[in-house]
Amino acid sequence: MSAQASRAAAKPAIVKSGAAGSAVFPGSDSRKYNYFEPKGRKATHYEDMTVDVQPDPERYLLQDWIISFPDGTPTYSKDWTAAKSSNWHKFRAVDQEWERTHYQRQSTICGMVQNTIENGRRSGAPARFDAAWVKILQNHLGAYKHAEFGLGTSTMQAQRYGYTQMVNNAILTNSSYKLRFAQDITLYLSEIGLDLPGFDIAAGKQHWLEDPIWQGVRKSIESIMGSNDYLEQYFATNVVFEPLVGELFRSGFLMQAASAQNDFITPAVVSAAEADYERNLANTVELFHILGEDPTHGGHNIALFNKWLVKHADLALDASNHLQPIWSQPRVKVATFADALAHAKNRIKGIASELGLKLPANLAS
Amino acid sequence: MSASLTLNKITAQKGISIAEAANRVADLGWTPSYVQEAMTFPTDYKISKTPRDPMKQVLRSYFPMQEEKDNRVYGALDAALRGDMFRNVEPRWVEWMKLFLAIIPFPEISAARSMAMVGRLAPGEELRTGFTMQMVDEFRHSTIQMNLKKWYMENYIDPAGFDITEAAFGKCYATTIGRQFAEGFLTGDAVTAANVYLTVVAETAFTNTLFVAMPSEAARNGDYALPTVFLSVQSDESRHIGNGHSMLMAMINDPSNHQLLERDLKYAFWQNHAIVDAAIGTFIEYGTTNRDKNKESYAELWHRWIYEDYYRTYMLPLEKYGIKIHHDDVAAAWDRIVKKNYVHKTAQFFTVGWSVNFWRIEAQTEKDFEWFEHKYPGWYAEFGDFWKWHAKLSVPGETNILFNSDVGYSYPHRCWSCMVPCLIREDFVCDEVDGKLYTYCSEGCRWTHKVAFAAEYEGRATPAMGRFSGRREWEDCYHGWDVADAIKDLGFVRPDGKTLIAQPHLRFDEKDMWTLDHVRGHQLGSPLRGFRALSPIEREVAIADYRKGFKINPCH
Repeated sequence: MSAQASRAAAKPAIVKSGAAGSAVFPGSDSRKYNYFEPKGRKATHYEDMTVDVQPDPERYLLQDWIISFPDGTPTYSKDWTAAKSSNWHKFRAVDQEWERTHYQRQSTICGMVQNTIENGRRSGAPARFDAAWVKILQNHLGAYKHAEFGLGTSTMQAQRYGYTQMVNNAILTNSSYKLRFAQDITLYLSEIGLDLPGFDIAAGKQHWLEDPIWQGVRKSIESIMGSNDYLEQYFATNVVFEPLVGELFRSGFLMQAASAQNDFITPAVVSAAEADYERNLANTVELFHILGEDPTHGGHNIALFNKWLVKHADLALDASNHLQPIWSQPRVKVATFADALAHAKNRIKGIASELGLKLPANLAS
Repeated sequence: MSASLTLNKITAQKGISIAEAANRVADLGWTPSYVQEAMTFPTDYKISKTPRDPMKQVLRSYFPMQEEKDNRVYGALDAALRGDMFRNVEPRWVEWMKLFLAIIPFPEISAARSMAMVGRLAPGEELRTGFTMQMVDEFRHSTIQMNLKKWYMENYIDPAGFDITEAAFGKCYATTIGRQFAEGFLTGDAVTAANVYLTVVAETAFTNTLFVAMPSEAARNGDYALPTVFLSVQSDESRHIGNGHSMLMAMINDPSNHQLLERDLKYAFWQNHAIVDAAIGTFIEYGTTNRDKNKESYAELWHRWIYEDYYRTYMLPLEKYGIKIHHDDVAAAWDRIVKKNYVHKTAQFFTVGWSVNFWRIEAQTEKDFEWFEHKYPGWYAEFGDFWKWHAKLSVPGETNILFNSDVGYSYPHRCWSCMVPCLIREDFVCDEVDGKLYTYCSEGCRWTHKVAFAAEYEGRATPAMGRFSGRREWEDCYHGWDVADAIKDLGFVRPDGKTLIAQPHLRFDEKDMWTLDHVRGHQLGSPLRGFRALSPIEREVAIADYRKGFKINPCH
């Protein structure tokens, strides 16, 4: 007799308690969600919170979607991407985020960023930043925040279209991270601007819109925002733009150059985005790896992803090359554009190889 | 130390104001010039005015605030277990949570998705942070509710029904009404769905009954977890109400939007009433064991939250902008609740269909009868015998109440619009749409399908408006099936392969539990198929007969 059964046997016939184990009957020990196949041996908490919440007529949606768009497209459609899958439900986000872990992580980052800025300002650090560096932060970090915002709004749009809850929630958290980081930079620059006479908070947007240095990046971002395929948006963001432009500028320039200009605040603010990206990348690689390995549609998908890679890599590479002059602007030069670009190319080479994609010639060199 | 010296004064430094921070964040957007932004979900509305952000909050303060709210929720769940909450919880209540919590996470995440639809419609980016926060909020609500449900499953005496929750959601004849609610948030005209139906009506009006009134009833039944989770959820709603109102104000000044706004306010109100009042009214009135006569009935709660709070203080002021408010519908909804027993008839319907559900429904007792009669005079004459029948027929071996002709219940038509059955018999209507005949619970629902969800509204082309689709009559899915086979197909059977998940009582002894064999031998059928097969003359007779209603036979 199980422990549960022996406890129950000692109870009177009328059960007074609503607690687990106070009676034994068929189903009284069925204490796990049992309607999906966990990825591992046991379902993770993330899986329990996520799988099948967005229903699917091919699984349990008996009555099919009950409202359609006027052209007959249902509430969710597999046709919203050119990628195909024999099982859209296979994907699980590597970062396993559900609401609690997402807020914990975002909140920790907000606290870290805010403390760093406050303590830095309290110690008078911005006034000791090199003057040329202040201009770089004002004009170029100020311009870059719009790129992050563009990726945030683009992924916010994309999270409507995925065929499963797992896909959409991974894109949703990606959007949340990007939009937070765009705001982090905005508020950071606004706050150090209070300590820097003549700091022009509006200059960043002007550079974003008009400075030739930033027009390649803007075009690349607008191309991602302009895609009508949500998975192309997700792919272009994390497989192409982030390594070739985002990381290049964040890690390959800002985080390396800042300390030599007496700036210890910017790397801390920017580092959060690098950690965000590692998670977003892991989710992206997992999804596109599954699609690339799909037993039925793998070949089609790989050809599609190679096409997206060529298209967005051209734009991103052009964008990064346009950024080159920025590396010459700090008074103390500690990083070279060539090194940063070589690192970025290596990074995308690694990602493409993980996904079984063919690296375009302009990235191979 | 000076009395006025505080740590805050020592550490404070000059910062930017909240309004300034919000302005700068709003300036992150720009109008693309290299590539046109991706197509988004279409709308027939015109939005030329930039919606204003009423909250002026930035993500830096949002995330820590939400984490703190989460900490309180999860701490309270731990405390409830340590305090042995489930020892004292009322199973009658928790059983209904199997239905409620199966439904609600999908509408929540649908609301997150719908932020993509409104995010790009309005000019400017002032409201982007508001939409972002709502998107993450709704992700919060969906997963925090899945967590609560798992918590019930792990700790409540009977986990069956929680264990199949999302599968059950897709299949059950009762959860189907929740899908009408959810899909309405994110399908069709983007403003109709994501602004008017979701934020202006569902969130501004009906979340108060969902997330405020219902948790109070949970607490009265020894369930402190639901109030903890849902009042925390509701605390996010004020942000969403702000988003909705701001978008509404951005559109309302353009008179060309008024016609569509009037259509959508009417549609959204009527459908929210039909769906939410059916479900939440039943949970509050029939899921409770608390019969304190001093507490508000669902009708009284509705008057407070929907009539006073929403209709009088939110909707009526819209008239000054030239919007024609659908006063008659508000009065009609009130009458349906107070005079036409809408909630009681819904509870009765759920109970008749208990065997194809996935939760337990026990009979109401003399103590309940007294309360109902006190709150709804005349209740006992209409429903008393029905509940006595339910108690009598709850024993395995009796004929399933769904098929028991001794009872006198007549199975209803399904409303093609709200998907709740046509329970108020005298209001039953039918009509043809695109050459096919459909049945509706009310004139409001007929209008919704035939007039609102169409390619043209009052002579104006509405190319973005959604359409009804799918197998909207649940009964049609199992037409001609033996009920036992249908239950098996639904997956509403316990792990032993024979005992039903649903039971018409709260007796937790195996010998008292119904199995497939107890219900086998009766066929399910689609009322609509039969109705469509009638000749026009036969149909008129059938309609007149249906509108007369039925009388439950005395139960001795």
